[in-house]
Amino acid sequence: MEIPKSFLGYKRENGRVGTRNHVIILPVDDISNACAEAVSNNIKGTIALPHSYGRLQFGADLELHFKTMIGTAKNPNVAAAIIIGIEPKWTKRIVDEVAKTGKPVEGFSIEGAGDIETIMKASKKAQEFSIWASEKQREECPVSDLWISVKCGESDTTSGLASNPTVGNLMDKLEPLGVHLCFGETSELTGAESVCAKRGKTKEAQDKFMKTWNDYNDFILKEATDDLSESQPTAGNIAGGLTTIEEKAFGNFQKIGSRQFIDVLTPAEEPTRGPGLYFMDTSSAAAECVTLQAAGGFNIHLFPTGQGNIIGNPIEPVIKLTANPLTAVKMKEHIDVDVSKILSRQMNLDQAGDELIKATLRVANGRFTCAEALGHREFVMTKLYRSA
Amino acid sequence: MIFFLYRIQKMASTDIIIHDKKDNVGVVVIEKVAPNQTCNCWIMEGDESATVEAKNEVPLGHKLALVDLNEGDTIIKYGHDIGKVVKAVKKGEHVHVHNVKTKKW
Repeated sequence: MEIPKSFLGYKRENGRVGTRNHVIILPVDDISNACAEAVSNNIKGTIALPHSYGRLQFGADLELHFKTMIGTAKNPNVAAAIIIGIEPKWTKRIVDEVAKTGKPVEGFSIEGAGDIETIMKASKKAQEFSIWASEKQREECPVSDLWISVKCGESDTTSGLASNPTVGNLMDKLEPLGVHLCFGETSELTGAESVCAKRGKTKEAQDKFMKTWNDYNDFILKEATDDLSESQPTAGNIAGGLTTIEEKAFGNFQKIGSRQFIDVLTPAEEPTRGPGLYFMDTSSAAAECVTLQAAGGFNIHLFPTGQGNIIGNPIEPVIKLTANPLTAVKMKEHIDVDVSKILSRQMNLDQAGDELIKATLRVANGRFTCAEALGHREFVMTKLYRSA
Repeated sequence: MIFFLYRIQKMASTDIIIHDKKDNVGVVVIEKVAPNQTCNCWIMEGDESATVEAKNEVPLGHKLALVDLNEGDTIIKYGHDIGKVVKAVKKGEHVHVHNVKTKKW
């Protein structure tokens, strides 16, 4: 198949391209959720992104919170952003960083004004942003403007056999076209860590990966109350035929095809070394991982599943594929691409990769994913440790 | 007609999928394989075919040995080390937690 060279995206002020045109109402902290949701309820064409944290965090945990907030609003799938926090200082810190992209952004703080006055002021600005964004048109953009993140979930043996390798096939075909790619899941590479490290393009990237994985492993060994072989693979994994953690990890690892990664990103970090594959240090929990990748600037997500994970994200469209023929039928409303025919050999990986590329471009052009149509908007902060 | 027969053979059901030519196990992708059943294998790397005779009943998603394996041998899947044999396995037998363990812990 000849891969299309372009798609229809929204060109942003800083040169990035969005596959979506959201006006977001972003609460800085948990107690500002009500206000943000009231504004998005008032003004059509906006979405609120409620979450559970943002108070009394400190150190690296607070920095990650800011990085996630700022990265989310900076994402090119966001046309404009309203930031609402309890206190002006933290709100302003986010607004100032987002403003550097050139996109419309305005902050509001609740303290001293109360919810109702804040809702009124923020709603007026949100209406202005929504009407402005509604006139934005999709324009032809090169495929290299796609920043694709990947993560698998509710995996079974069909994931490692077919749906993850399908994503790998897409990576092998799209990377030469100058696309940015990102995989994560530090914990679920256990067993394949040294093989994964060798995929680093440079010694620096390889060492960074091993340091990231070792730090995670030290944390697990410190916190673990018993031998991890009791939980990895899980009883369900074993019933499904997975024997060891290594086998599970190598199934996961199929998603990057034969690519090499050029750098290791901290959680929510934006890549700065140009096109190619990046590894991001993330949790293996679906919503946390995708939230971090979206905050890193990725504008479209591929999610292979076995037993049927249903995750979505408020700003980054999540395309689901499965090779499990039962999931493809029983959970049809969650599956964008069915590659189960690989198992019966009626489809090969090359064909499956082509199907996934076609689906990815259709979604990039604006087609709703199953998760978008169902209203899945999981926005979940990664918390490094308890608050003060 | 010859072309037609070739198509039929090509579409013959796949019982076992093998990721990589180097692998010494394959994964059952039908409901189960029965003892003495000659199984059609598809080697994904290179899109090739092979057959293996099953010795045990092996269910969907579970693995079967493609060669005789001795205690201490390494199981190769995806072309990589996924654990060690702790109890000898004959070609065609079920490979799982009863005869293979992680090298991690």
